[in-house]
Amino acid sequence: MSKSRPSALAALLVRELRITRRIGGAASMGVVFFLCLVAITPFAIGPDLKLLARVGPAILWIAALLSTLLGLDRLFQADHDDGSLDLLFLAQTPLELVVLVKCLAHWLMTGLPLVAASPVFGLMLGLTPHALGAVALSLLVGTPALTLIGAIGAGLTVSLRRGGLLLSILVLPISVPVLIFGVAAASAEPGGIVPFMTPFLILCGLTLVAVALTPFATAAALRHGAE
Amino acid sequence: MQIEASALALERGGRIIFTNLGFSLSDGQALVVTGPNGAGKSSLLRALAGLLPFAAGRIAVTPGGSGLSEHSHYVGHADALKPSLTVYENLEFWAALLGRADTPPADPVVQIEMALARLGLARIADLPAAYLSAGQKRRAALARLLAVRRPLWLLDEPATALDAASQKVLAEVMLAHLADGGMIIAATHAPLGLPARELVLGGTNGGAA
Repeated sequence: MSKSRPSALAALLVRELRITRRIGGAASMGVVFFLCLVAITPFAIGPDLKLLARVGPAILWIAALLSTLLGLDRLFQADHDDGSLDLLFLAQTPLELVVLVKCLAHWLMTGLPLVAASPVFGLMLGLTPHALGAVALSLLVGTPALTLIGAIGAGLTVSLRRGGLLLSILVLPISVPVLIFGVAAASAEPGGIVPFMTPFLILCGLTLVAVALTPFATAAALRHGAE
Repeated sequence: MQIEASALALERGGRIIFTNLGFSLSDGQALVVTGPNGAGKSSLLRALAGLLPFAAGRIAVTPGGSGLSEHSHYVGHADALKPSLTVYENLEFWAALLGRADTPPADPVVQIEMALARLGLARIADLPAAYLSAGQKRRAALARLLAVRRPLWLLDEPATALDAASQKVLAEVMLAHLADGGMIIAATHAPLGLPARELVLGGTNGGAA
């Protein structure tokens, strides 16, 4: 029993990563979208460097949230369209674990590049070195929660043709806590009123809760959608 | 393994498709489901695979198990192939995911290559599935049946898009599966060349209307 499951899940992870890599552009598109959002901000707010540095962490977080949601509607829809989802139900591996592995693959290909790119894009907003580190670290622990929460929306909208917009409407309100504590941690200054660790640890907690709970919600949504 | 289904009823979109359907099937037997379009052949197969709930009825599996889905191969209208992966990679993935822990294959790679060769796909195994013709895609989907052993095959129009030679191979593969003690439930309009009992849907319950 325990012998087959890791290999089935490993095969799923390899497959997901291969597909994303071969389709090409899918992974980098999120980062380019992220860059676009960050690049247009100074045009909207104005070239005031002090102001940009103050709102910079929040802008990076909002950009990361929107970039994460961008590709999520295809998370299960592609499998639904070609019949793969039916077969995933037939596997001995619990659907919850399948969901978790698919989210992991999605995060590795879209969330992680965002984290890696955030210090570079932070420079464009005039962030201090300390803030650059805080943003990257808070995105590193926060973006998995965004992907996992978004997966619930992806599961609910799996059979809809144009589910992307509905997905965003469903998911954005639930993502608010992650955004609040993510931005709080990212914009904490050394010696400021809000310390870095308090919101950061809450953010870690939110991600852990998301890992534990959202696969069940997503799997339930998929099972319901299969009917 | 023995399957005993009784008083099955299925409902789709608030409309009863069939009621009081029963059949029994044991090792080495096949059941061919026929009926006009809309009689519920595909829905019956999907429900047997556990993808749809039955509105009523029960299915007893002996020796007792956890439903039919883990014992079943399901080949539906969609071929479940990822266009960007090669035929081999597609099959390798499904073999790993659908493989059963209690009956591990001796050598998964040999098993996959054997399945590809049997369905005449060995030469195009390294081709991305996007370049395959409809018949080749169907054969790649059918190769799943051989790559992983599962006792019950649920086949929805398995011969769609297959040429005469491939249909013959399919018939041979199905006969070999039955001879090996497997079971097949197939929905079809065309004769599959199987020694099978027939289950006619939509004959008594108002048909396709």
